[in-house]
Amino acid sequence: MKLTGAEIVLECLIREGVEVMFGYPGGAILPFYDAMTKYPQIHHVLTRHEQGASHMADGYARATGKVGVAVATSGPGATNLVTGIATAMMDSSPIVCITGQVASPAIGSDAFQEVDVTGVTLPITKHSYLVYDVEDLAYIVREAFHIARTGRPGPVLIDIPKDVQNAVTEFEYPEGEIYLPGYKPPQKASAEGIQAALDLIQKAERPVILAGHGVLMSGATKEVIEFAERTQTPIALTLLGKGGVPESHPMSLGMMGMHGTGYANLAIQNADLLLAFGMRFDDRVTGNLKTYAPDAKKIHIDIDASEIHKNVRADVPIVGDLKTVLNQILPALSAVEHREWLAQIRDWMEDADERDIVHQHVTNKLLAAHVIRDMWAATQGNAIVVTDVGQHQMWEAQYYPHERPHTLITSGGLGTMGFGLPAAIGAAMGLKTNNVWCIAGDGGFQMTMSELATAVQERVPVKIAIVNNGYLGMVRQWQEFFYEERYNATPMITPDFVKLADAYGIPARRITQREDVIPAMEWADSVTDGPVLLEFVVEKHDIVYPMVPAGADLHNMIRRPVPSPDGL
Amino acid sequence: MTNGNANDKQTLVALVENRPGVLNRVASLFRRRNFNIDSLTVGRTENPEISRMTIVVDHDAEKVGNQLSKLVNVIEVQEVTDVPNVSRDLALIKVAVESSQARGEIVQLCDIFRAHIVDAGPDAMIIEITGDEQKISSMVELLRPLGIKELVRTGVVTMTRGDHVLAPDEFQMRSVKRTNGHRASVV
Repeated sequence: MKLTGAEIVLECLIREGVEVMFGYPGGAILPFYDAMTKYPQIHHVLTRHEQGASHMADGYARATGKVGVAVATSGPGATNLVTGIATAMMDSSPIVCITGQVASPAIGSDAFQEVDVTGVTLPITKHSYLVYDVEDLAYIVREAFHIARTGRPGPVLIDIPKDVQNAVTEFEYPEGEIYLPGYKPPQKASAEGIQAALDLIQKAERPVILAGHGVLMSGATKEVIEFAERTQTPIALTLLGKGGVPESHPMSLGMMGMHGTGYANLAIQNADLLLAFGMRFDDRVTGNLKTYAPDAKKIHIDIDASEIHKNVRADVPIVGDLKTVLNQILPALSAVEHREWLAQIRDWMEDADERDIVHQHVTNKLLAAHVIRDMWAATQGNAIVVTDVGQHQMWEAQYYPHERPHTLITSGGLGTMGFGLPAAIGAAMGLKTNNVWCIAGDGGFQMTMSELATAVQERVPVKIAIVNNGYLGMVRQWQEFFYEERYNATPMITPDFVKLADAYGIPARRITQREDVIPAMEWADSVTDGPVLLEFVVEKHDIVYPMVPAGADLHNMIRRPVPSPDGL
Repeated sequence: MTNGNANDKQTLVALVENRPGVLNRVASLFRRRNFNIDSLTVGRTENPEISRMTIVVDHDAEKVGNQLSKLVNVIEVQEVTDVPNVSRDLALIKVAVESSQARGEIVQLCDIFRAHIVDAGPDAMIIEITGDEQKISSMVELLRPLGIKELVRTGVVTMTRGDHVLAPDEFQMRSVKRTNGHRASVV
C-alpha cells in the first residue's frame, strides 16, 4: 500500500493504540493535519497553546498509563512544547511529541519557522529523532513508543520535515521485535543483591520505606504493602509516590520532605535502614545530604542505574523493576516486629496532630487547607486530583489523602506552574470521567488559563478549583521567611474568575466562607456537561507548615505554632 | 606502565551506534551533567555500524558510565581505569630548527623516543610521536627549549590487554535502511 509519510505516522499511531492527540497546526505540520482527515478514529484536540498540548499529553499519560501524544509545527510551535517535555522528563511520564520541521533541503538555512528542536530538547528527552527518510518513519514511530513507555518512561520527540511527511512509499508495518542494541531496561535483580538486601532488612530495628513514583509506575502497591506489613515497616511517600500505597494504611506516614509530615521526616532521620523504592533522593525530600538519615543503611531499588549513588550512597544498590524485585525479595522475607520503633513514631504523630491546621478553629477566615480538607470530604477521597504548583499543591499533598495509584497528578520534579489545567483536561479526556478536579492557585492558573477554551470546545467535564490568595503564595512564603518580608513581585491582580468563566460559557461560583465549600462542591458535581469552575477566596497570609528550608537538615523543620484560643 | 593517566583520571570505553548526532548526544550529556572531559576520542571499529569512544574524565567514572548507558545510541560502556590496558595518544609537534646542532638534537631525541620525523623543512620539522600520555609529555618537555611552534594531540585511545574484548551482546546489523541521516547497508 503506497502511503505518504504523514499517513504512515497515523497508521502507526493507530497500531500503538492512540485514540487522542493534543496539538496545534502550522505550516510545517500541515501534511500531517491534512492526513488526519482520513483517520477519524484518532481524535485531535486543538489546544490554545502548544504548552497546553504537551501538558495535556502528560496528564493523559499519567492518568491512563498509556503514552500521551502531542503535536506541534516547527519553530515556535516546537519550542512551545519545551516546558511540557521537560516536565514529563523530570517526572518520568511517557509522551511522544511529533513536530513538523521545514523541508529537509532547507534545514540549517534559518528558514521561516525553523528551529533545531532535536538540539533544543536533547537534554530533556529520553530520546529523539529527526527523520530524513520516509522509509524509516514506521520504525521510528514504533521505537519512539517503545522507548517512551518501557524502562524508566519519558518523553520522546520525532521531528519530521515537511517533505518527508509528503513523500510517498510502500507502507508495511514493521512486525517483530524492536531491535535497539543500546537499550536494555533492566528487570530482575541479581541473587547476591537480593541476599544483601535481606541481610540488612532482617537486622534493622528502625526501618522506613521511602515509596516513590516507581511504586506507581511498576504497579507495585500490593508488594509494598505486603513488605510493610510483614516487616512492620512504616512507609513515607514522596509527592509523586502519593497514591502508591493507601494513606489510610496503618503503616503510612504520609508525605516526606520539605513540606512532609514532621513524623515522616523524624522517622527518616532516626532510621537505621532506609528502603528507597523507586525514588531518587531529590533535594526536596532529603534536605541537607550531609546530615540526611545519618545512622541509616540504604537499600536503593530503582529501574534507572544512574539514580543509584547519584545523591545518596546506597549500601545495597539494586537496579530493576520494583515490582519484579519485590517479588524476588518477598518469598524469603520473614515476619519481624518493631514495637518500640512504631511506638516512638506514634508519639511524634500525636505532637503533629496538635499543631495540625484542621484543628485550628479560625474565625471568619477561609484557609486553603480547610478548602482542601473539605474537598477531600466532599469527594470522599475518590477524585482524580490534578494540581498546579505552589502552596495549594503542598496543601493538597498534606490534606487530601490518596488511596489509589494515579489519583494525584502533579508536577513534581520540574515544579511547573501552569501544568494543572491542561494536565487535568488530558486526564479527564483519557479517563472519560467527570471526576477529575483541577486544583490551581491564582498564579499558575493564569499561566495556562487559555486552555479553558479547549475544555469548552471539547466539553471536557473537568472541575476547576482556583485557590485564590492574591499572591504567588509559595514565593511569598519564601520572601517572608528568608527575605525579610520584602514581597517583591508576589502580590498579584487576578481577573474576576467567575466573570472570566462566564465569558467562556463555563458555570462558576465564588466561595468565601467555609460553610459554602461543600455545597459548592456538590453543585459542581452536578455539572457534567463540560467544565465548571469554583473560585475559593482564601486567607492571603497563610504559610505551608511544616517547612524544611532548602538545604537545611531534614529534622530542622519550621513548625506551625501550637494554636492559641484566638485563632491564627 | 599500563595506564598513562594520572591517578584522578578515569578512563571509559564506549561502543556507540555509528550515526550522526551521537557524538553530540554524548557531549551534550557531559555538559549538562557538568562532567569535565579530559579527552574524548571517537573512531570506527571493525563493524561499520559501531564507533568506539575512549573517554577520560576527572569525575566518578561509575556515574559517568551510568549516565552514558542511558543514551539509546550507546551500546556498551566499560570503565577500564583499573583494568590492565594499553593507552595511546598521538601527537604532531612542529619544532623550530635554528641550527644544525638543533637538528641533530631533534633527530637524537626522536631516536630515543621512537618518534618519527614526518616533515623536514629548512626552519622546522614535524615530529610524530605515539605513546601513553606521559611519554608524549616527556618528549614535549625535552623539545620545548628548542622552540615548539605548533602542537596537536589526538587524545587517548585505550584497549584492554589480554583476550578480553568489549563487544556488544548479540549485536547484528540493522536489517533496514536507517536514517537519522545514516544509511546502513542491507544485509
